[in-house]
Amino acid sequence: MGIQFTPEIEAQFKSLLPRYPNKLAALIPTLYLAQEQFGYLRPEVMEYVAQRLDLPASQVLNTATFYTMLHKKPVGRYHIEVCTNVSCYLRGCDDVLEALQKKLSIECGETTADGLFTLDEVQCLAACGTAPVMCVNRIYRENLTPDEAVKIVDGLNKSTKP
Amino acid sequence: MDIHHMATNVLLRDPSIDWTNLDNHRKAGGFEAVKKAFSMDADEIINETKRSNLRGRGGAGFPTGVKWGFVPKQSEKPKYLAVNADEGEPGTFKDRYWLRKDPYPLIEGCIICAYALGINTTYIYIRGEFLEEIRIVEKCIEQCRRAGLLGKNILGSGFDMECWVHPGAGAYICGEETAMLSSLEGKAGQPKLKPPFPAVEGLFRCPTVVNNVETLVCIPLIIQNGGKWFADLGTDRNGGPKVFGVSGHVKRPGLYEFPLGVNLKDVIYKHCGGILNDRKLKAVIPGGSSCPVLTPDEIDIPADFDSFKVVGSMLGTAGVIVIAEPTPLIEVLLRIARFYAHESCGQCTPCREGTGWMVRILENIRKGLATKKEIGLLMDAATKIEGNTICALGDAAAWPVKSFLQKFPDEFSRYLVDAA
Ligand SMILES: Cc1cc2nc3c(=O)[nH]c(=O)nc-3n(C[C@H](O)[C@H](O)[C@H](O)COP(=O)(O)O)c2cc1C
Repeated sequence: MGIQFTPEIEAQFKSLLPRYPNKLAALIPTLYLAQEQFGYLRPEVMEYVAQRLDLPASQVLNTATFYTMLHKKPVGRYHIEVCTNVSCYLRGCDDVLEALQKKLSIECGETTADGLFTLDEVQCLAACGTAPVMCVNRIYRENLTPDEAVKIVDGLNKSTKP
Repeated sequence: MDIHHMATNVLLRDPSIDWTNLDNHRKAGGFEAVKKAFSMDADEIINETKRSNLRGRGGAGFPTGVKWGFVPKQSEKPKYLAVNADEGEPGTFKDRYWLRKDPYPLIEGCIICAYALGINTTYIYIRGEFLEEIRIVEKCIEQCRRAGLLGKNILGSGFDMECWVHPGAGAYICGEETAMLSSLEGKAGQPKLKPPFPAVEGLFRCPTVVNNVETLVCIPLIIQNGGKWFADLGTDRNGGPKVFGVSGHVKRPGLYEFPLGVNLKDVIYKHCGGILNDRKLKAVIPGGSSCPVLTPDEIDIPADFDSFKVVGSMLGTAGVIVIAEPTPLIEVLLRIARFYAHESCGQCTPCREGTGWMVRILENIRKGLATKKEIGLLMDAATKIEGNTICALGDAAAWPVKSFLQKFPDEFSRYLVDAA
């Protein structure tokens, strides 16, 4: 099956273009849309984006590889990102991370065998006043304790996206 | 989010009101400053901003009115406003407040700035992790469009401005202004040599103003109340109130609004309730992770750009990180060092290689594998990065290393193989 945006994503894609004086500037938002639909940016997806924006595939690859939030590898349905920078460290993020590693039986950077959870250590999420902090699919969970973090994971729906 | 009581109460507003609701904002006098600006001419707005002594809230503290003055009045090319909402410096969490809770003052600031400088397009560059904030700001922009407050002929003034949110994608370096502009253009976020400065040649090679969120939030207040009013709220050459984000070992971490010049010790002990569990204070990083660390004896000072310089540090973003005993400072410095090594864009050799070296040496020290010589090597690496890179990320990586080693030598020497 050929790669194609769904009508809904296509509409969002079309609405991006008039915002910028050229198509290259729409690349990062378009890669987000592609990621939303296809899960991650595998080479065919990047080629499709290149073609839709009239860009060389090398340009798309160059941009995509620079940014950590543009995924070049598959991630779990739930992407859990725990901040381990200074303010979170001072407020006990190492215990939160350890509890999650134990709960999911994976290390940072790994995905559970069922493909549900990816656990990552991330840099400062800019919520230092409510540390420790983690994100689940880019939704912030703040003022965590190890128990609460585990409870949040327990509470995630294992059959559909939140 | 935790928002505490504020001394001046103009930047952080009553948390019981939903400020993302346009009606609530307008009932409280919202967009009156924009109307007033439309009755002024461009030079008057720039002069009022100069008079306010407003200095950039993104970290460098550059006078905003002066920066605006660099933008050419006549330009064949379009001009742009790029709002820096990348908020990436560890310990900094202030801009999220406006993006999430109160975006209309930011939009007003954008309109006034754009009107004064002849700009018709604004991009708000918001870090990608702020997914909810991106949606909130986009919704507020849409509300403004519908109410005739953005788009064509704003409030019947004849002035047009469009405003778009552009998402970042997880790279701290994109907070550096030239990297941010490259990222906005769809490229990897690598800083460029200045000059040319963005004001002359920035986004899409056109004249571009880059300002931090909080800087722009101050603009409607300045227009509404006058530059002098704003200047009088702060100290000499440091105009206005400022939002401080206090994190780490205090009893009440959170965001606080103070006039510039507030005493740093009072911020920690009075306003934030003192040190968590009444432990002993060990160190304070006063303005985000790049700012040189202060000892407990050094914090009885006014918090403004110039006073922090006197003690060899910086106000930065006013993200105050408070560290109590018995935290091992080598662990704190390691996290900072790892951050800058991870976020180095790799263009400049001293930064790309040096930040990695600093992490490896610190790890060796902590493992008890290092000798005195390696402390010297660490200092040497920091010194050689500083001042030798295209952008200030290199300096930001070097300053904490140098200041921690100078001010807390025992925290490192105790791990050495040849410790006395
Ligand atoms: C490595 C690096 C990261 C930066 N990150 C940010 C940031 O996240 N937000 C910000 O407003 N400014 C950041 N800055 C400062 C910007 O380059 C620029 O000075 C600022 O956005 C200008 O706005 P202002 O004058 O209103 O402060 C950063 C600078 C450097 C060198």
